[in-house]
Amino acid sequence: MSDHRDMAALRVEGLGKRFTLHLHGGAQLPVVTGVSFSVAAGECVVLGGPSGAGKSSILKMIYGNYLAGEGSVIVRHEGRMVDIAQAEPHLVLEIRRRTMGYVSQFLRVIPRVPAIDIVAEPALAAGLDRDAARARARELLTRLNLPERLWQLPPATFSGGEQQRVNIARGFAGDHDILILDEPTASLDAANRQAVIGLIGARKARGAAFVGIFHDEEVRDQAADRIIDVTAFAPRAAA
Amino acid sequence: MTDNPYNFAYLDEQTKRMIRRAILKAVAIPGYQVPFASREMPMPYGWGTGGVQVTAAILGPKDVLKVIDQGADDTTNAVSIRAFFAKTAGVQTTTATAEATIIQTRHRIPEAPLGEDQVLVYQVPIPEPLRFLEPRETETRTMHALSEYGLMHVKLYEDIARFGHIATSYAYPVEVAGRYVMDPSPIPKFDNPKMDDCPALQLFGAGREKRIYAIPPHTRVVSLDFDDHPFERNRFSQPCALCGAGDSYLDEVVTDDRGGRLFVCSDTDYCEGRREAGHRGHQPGGPERKEAAE
Amino acid sequence: MTAPDALLEARGLAKSYGGRMACAGVSLAIREGEVLAVVGESGSGKSTLLNMLAGRLAPDAGEVHYRMRDGVMRDMARLSEAERRVLMRTDWGFVHQDAAQGLRMNVSAGGNIGERLMAIGGRHYGDIRAKAATWLTRVEIGVDRIDDKPTAYSGGMRQRLQIARNLVTSPRLVFMDEPTGGLDVSVQARLLDLIRGLSADLGLAVILVTHDLAVARLLSHRILVMKGGAVIETGLTDRVLDDPQAPYTQLLVSSVLAA
Repeated sequence: MSDHRDMAALRVEGLGKRFTLHLHGGAQLPVVTGVSFSVAAGECVVLGGPSGAGKSSILKMIYGNYLAGEGSVIVRHEGRMVDIAQAEPHLVLEIRRRTMGYVSQFLRVIPRVPAIDIVAEPALAAGLDRDAARARARELLTRLNLPERLWQLPPATFSGGEQQRVNIARGFAGDHDILILDEPTASLDAANRQAVIGLIGARKARGAAFVGIFHDEEVRDQAADRIIDVTAFAPRAAA
Repeated sequence: MTDNPYNFAYLDEQTKRMIRRAILKAVAIPGYQVPFASREMPMPYGWGTGGVQVTAAILGPKDVLKVIDQGADDTTNAVSIRAFFAKTAGVQTTTATAEATIIQTRHRIPEAPLGEDQVLVYQVPIPEPLRFLEPRETETRTMHALSEYGLMHVKLYEDIARFGHIATSYAYPVEVAGRYVMDPSPIPKFDNPKMDDCPALQLFGAGREKRIYAIPPHTRVVSLDFDDHPFERNRFSQPCALCGAGDSYLDEVVTDDRGGRLFVCSDTDYCEGRREAGHRGHQPGGPERKEAAE
Repeated sequence: MTAPDALLEARGLAKSYGGRMACAGVSLAIREGEVLAVVGESGSGKSTLLNMLAGRLAPDAGEVHYRMRDGVMRDMARLSEAERRVLMRTDWGFVHQDAAQGLRMNVSAGGNIGERLMAIGGRHYGDIRAKAATWLTRVEIGVDRIDDKPTAYSGGMRQRLQIARNLVTSPRLVFMDEPTGGLDVSVQARLLDLIRGLSADLGLAVILVTHDLAVARLLSHRILVMKGGAVIETGLTDRVLDDPQAPYTQLLVSSVLAA
């Protein structure tokens, strides 16, 4: 495990992924190979490239949601560097609780839980007490312009944009040093896109590292400190 | 006894030895249900076949036998069993508690204190106190083995939840010698305290269920209860109408078809003894108990 | 396998019925507070595995070790019957698919919940009843139903009562065998939500057997996929479901209608 003193919050080294489709005669679907980059604390790195280039797969491997086929994902977790690709499940979960958050494109609705509690949950998991967690949830929902009358309702019946704002608020509610953003602004209007950019800026200022995908160029340009073109990691045409 | 066609006390000697071994084991492990090879008796199950076999096994020629049913010496069951042993063993019988060396009983403990030279033999229909809530015998045996008696309290809990108090008024479970929980047979819970530290040997026989258990003399017998719902002996609002006893268990006797009723001692010998000693209740002449029972 | 912080650890558990291998050498470990889902089709051996882990079925081979409350790891096979039974009604729970197997159907809800308390020496009726009422509330059953028997309860209520009955002694490990099986979808959702909340609040370790991947996704941290008595794949729940590696897991995941 590397121990040299770089300020990277996250370092991806030689990461690669190919899907084996066992239900389709074991067809091989190479996605990316040799993905290497690092993200410093307070930096926002955006993955660029056309759809299908493997941007989302890279994010999912970083989060441990996809199995890394090769390479490593080194995360600074409570003062030590941990390879997500090799970590035991409980450690991955601990890292997700304490260090690395993920904002997906869609909210995975949990039945019957009110929006405010869905948002407060990562704050609770980070160790805040109930009142403080709820206060943080209220603040985030306010910044993202979710009408207060919706806070106590489960989001199952919300519109796509409303659900997504709940999702983003939830993503920002923890005390994560690393946040992964998988097209979080896709279904938002201009005002709310700006609110998200504001949130990113505020968290960067507090030292959070971001890796993200933004299709909207305006958001991408405002949020990104650096753009990495993932077509550089395309597997050589093996076929 | 040469003219007696039966072996002494009906059962053959091998059987009696087998039952005595079971009794010895039962005495050695107070409250523990000892299986025994219950025999067919010349009377139906439910008429005291367990008690009769225990009595037969411990009966000697010099014993004096008393048999009561619900406290009375003169009911069909009591009379028949007494006659059975008078015929098959030629032993002396009595209705006087103090004179008896062996008292076979169904559903009561005599009011008069028992002594060290006496044995009380209970007729038991269902020996397993846990059966109501746990029908599996394999499970109840394990529960006894491991002293897992929480279920007994579940039964009492249900009573309080439903009736506001422990409504179980007979066959009230007891813990014997700090170890086994035992069904004292369907005696009224009024009698439970008499089992504790009793000088007489108490034997329990269940014929159909093939179980014998025992409380040796001077054994601690505790009725189960809750801290906030302690065991209580039931009280009667009035004394015996015949003898005026205020400390005995009373039976309700319907005296006519117009709602008339009397409360009289269930222990007929005790009641008669008191009346002979000059005690009188508020209706001392009261209808003859025999008539009422018919 | 070395698992210094395992709460329960199984090694090489095997069981066959006749010539048929129901469970072929399964090893696993679960940590305190972890929810592990065992998924697979019927006949995959998942219930056999659960019953062996829970001490309800003797394995042909293999061992189960459990960290007792005193911190000592004990071989379940070497526990005395008395210790085993005490463990099962204090530190463990078992939630059956069929509530009738896990409840005393002729005893009131209060008595059902109170039984474990009385089994460990609870002798104060008022305290037992108060605890039963608290637990009824926690599983969202009205306290006014405390004296009703489970026979008067709906399927969903029976399952919730069964859960309360198990949790009243604050167990650290609860086994669940298809706890939402056979319930209406709306009732299922409510029960899942309750289990999810309670296991998180109480820091329960749960070993959950289910054939329903949605249940596994909602409740579990980690998944173990079984087929033909063997573990096909294991890992973080979302990893296994979103990026299944084994052919069988891919088949299982692709067979589910996306909700």
